[in-house]
Amino acid sequence: MAQKERVLVMGNQACVLGAIYAGLRFYAGYPITPSTEVAEGCARELPKISGRFIQMEDEIGSIAAVIGASISGLKSMTATSGPGYSLMVENIGYAYMTETPIVIINVQRGGPSTGLPTKVSQSDTMQAQWGTHGDNTAIAVAPSTIYETFTETVRAFNLAERFRTPVTILLDEVIGHSRQVVMLPEPGELKVTNRVKPTCSPEEFEAFAMTPNLVSPMPAYGDGYRYVCTGLTHDPRGFTTNRPDEIAPKLYKLRHKIVDYKDEIMLLRDEHMDDAEVAFISYGSVSRAALQATDIVRKAGFKVGTVQLFTVWPFPDKEIAELCRNCRKVIVGELNMGQIINEVRRVLPPDIEVHALQRYDGEILTPMQLVEKLEEVL
Amino acid sequence: MTDSDTPGQTKERPGPQSKYDYKNGPPPLDINMKWCKACNICIALCPKEVFEPNRDGKPIIARPENCTQCTICWVHCPDLAITSNYK
Amino acid sequence: MTIVTNVTKDKEKQKSDVILKYLRPHKAMPTVWCAGCGNGIVMTAIIRAIDNLGLSKDEVVMVSGIGCSSRMPIYLDFNALHTTHGRALGFATGVKFARPELKVIVITGDGDALAIGGNHFIHACRRNIDITTILINNNIYGMTGGQGSPTTPAHSFSTTTPYGNAEKQFDPCCLAQAAGASFVGRGTVYHTPQLENLITQAIQHRGFSLVEVISNCHTYYGRLNKLGDAVNMLNDFKDRSVPLAKAQKMSPEDLKGKYVIGLLHKDDKTEFCDVYDEVMAKVKGGK
Repeated sequence: MAQKERVLVMGNQACVLGAIYAGLRFYAGYPITPSTEVAEGCARELPKISGRFIQMEDEIGSIAAVIGASISGLKSMTATSGPGYSLMVENIGYAYMTETPIVIINVQRGGPSTGLPTKVSQSDTMQAQWGTHGDNTAIAVAPSTIYETFTETVRAFNLAERFRTPVTILLDEVIGHSRQVVMLPEPGELKVTNRVKPTCSPEEFEAFAMTPNLVSPMPAYGDGYRYVCTGLTHDPRGFTTNRPDEIAPKLYKLRHKIVDYKDEIMLLRDEHMDDAEVAFISYGSVSRAALQATDIVRKAGFKVGTVQLFTVWPFPDKEIAELCRNCRKVIVGELNMGQIINEVRRVLPPDIEVHALQRYDGEILTPMQLVEKLEEVL
Repeated sequence: MTDSDTPGQTKERPGPQSKYDYKNGPPPLDINMKWCKACNICIALCPKEVFEPNRDGKPIIARPENCTQCTICWVHCPDLAITSNYK
Repeated sequence: MTIVTNVTKDKEKQKSDVILKYLRPHKAMPTVWCAGCGNGIVMTAIIRAIDNLGLSKDEVVMVSGIGCSSRMPIYLDFNALHTTHGRALGFATGVKFARPELKVIVITGDGDALAIGGNHFIHACRRNIDITTILINNNIYGMTGGQGSPTTPAHSFSTTTPYGNAEKQFDPCCLAQAAGASFVGRGTVYHTPQLENLITQAIQHRGFSLVEVISNCHTYYGRLNKLGDAVNMLNDFKDRSVPLAKAQKMSPEDLKGKYVIGLLHKDDKTEFCDVYDEVMAKVKGGK
């Protein structure tokens, strides 16, 4: 058996390796700090495997090319940061409406506007769900280590292909730009999902058919299924519609193909939650500090636990309510002015106190800061 | 939503609105009255005055003997409503 | 009395039936466009061009943005990609670059390609990527009710220039050529055989091909500027068009207000996907 490959890479590079592992064959992007290493990595690696890389004229062109390539049959992704994601949201909405699998990496930096190109934040969490106009149901994942960046990228592609939807990877800048040694998974070790293709005849084919699990088979261009793909609200055949009895089912499909199967999307990690009285809830880089802080405080004898969200959207309502049911207090740690804390408050019963630990000065939350907050709260 | 016509199927020949006398064989052109929007382009552009507008403004073949199959009418029809019967 | 037809047997004459086989099954006709809209004329010219070339329906991908002209792919039995406003060339670049064996045709309008889509337009020209762009120029934003566009002539009226347009026009052909397009042509919806020929050549050409089609929006541009109905506007195109050979002998003053039509520019610059493949072939393991 071959030795596992051992590499020293930064988060952005691990993302490239994970994407290629998952089957990436098309990248279109625009340089933006701190995501540029993803583009550069794909520019180097994709040609080696007959993939395609293009630097487009702007972020809007990039996301357009990514969606076009995915519709034509290739697994595609782009990477950007806050300002670029803001430019992309219209076309991300197009991918929602046309049910096109794509992966977008947002290497989050300080905002708003040009903000802090080289410093970290988690202030695009809400944008990952609400950035584009209209009713849409987002899937977003957040790794906290370099190895997790690899595995979460593979998972993001799998979710995109399984649910025929855009998936956002919320990668904090500090993880994107820090290096760790990782042992790369071997081929076949991690599951790789591909979109379901149609098997019926072209005459019977409906591009957005209402299947039992609400995800329609998706052909590639040239397979013989010459369907209409439009951003206008459409019926199951893909033709635009103004009829209420066709509009509502389409929007229902876009939501329920995801929310009815949340179990396949949820991924959390919890430590010491069985008897925890106080819990940290966090995602991304904050979770590394939370894990360490929990260890420190447990050793001091306090009943503290930690919950790390790998799946940020759809928000894990059931899981958070279940894990925190015996807690008196909960501390939500974020590198923003309070975004996921709103979801936590929504989900937990009013007798559990929800406290905020927010840092929005471009620096990371350290374990000692979490410990201090805990002392304050206890 | 109703389909006005299925492409590829034989179109109806112009019915009672037509002045065309079928005793002399098929007309030089077939006009799909369901697709025609009475834009008047074919009637105005025909160099031989083959057409005349009916009461809806749609073309009927008034002078079939004038038609030289010059193609001007059907290459300018925006609605694919005219096809040539030339074989 | 038999029908007198004193023309020679010509395959051209039978094309009128052939074009019907390219209509999308189950898509209701007639089209959504106004009576006499030039978009329909361009659509039939494109179908005839594709039929001339014997392309298979599965290999053609028609990409469009938003606007009246962008509704065209929905009516045709090819792979149809109806995208967001101005971004057709971005999507088309993704499709073509991902699957270079496909024939990608972009249907766009003056507002879609030159206003919001301007950046993608010039870069697609610069890359000289093998996409055929049919830019249907009716000098107005028709779909949204008659607002001015980057090709609305100076002093013309539109709903957003109710006292006369203070801006100057783009010339899409000049813009494309300057940006690097290797095939640039202009036709009108009056000169349909020439249009069909230009589109045929444009699709065949390996590189970025632009065919600008001067078209009529008599519903808005024509009505607001008192240009008459569809027939009046078509006859106006006939009167105001000048073939390139003749235009080259005319002075700029004489050419004011005229449309120079025909194949305006063609060169054999290297095409983007070809160069990419060449460069990548040198990379270990690449195609």
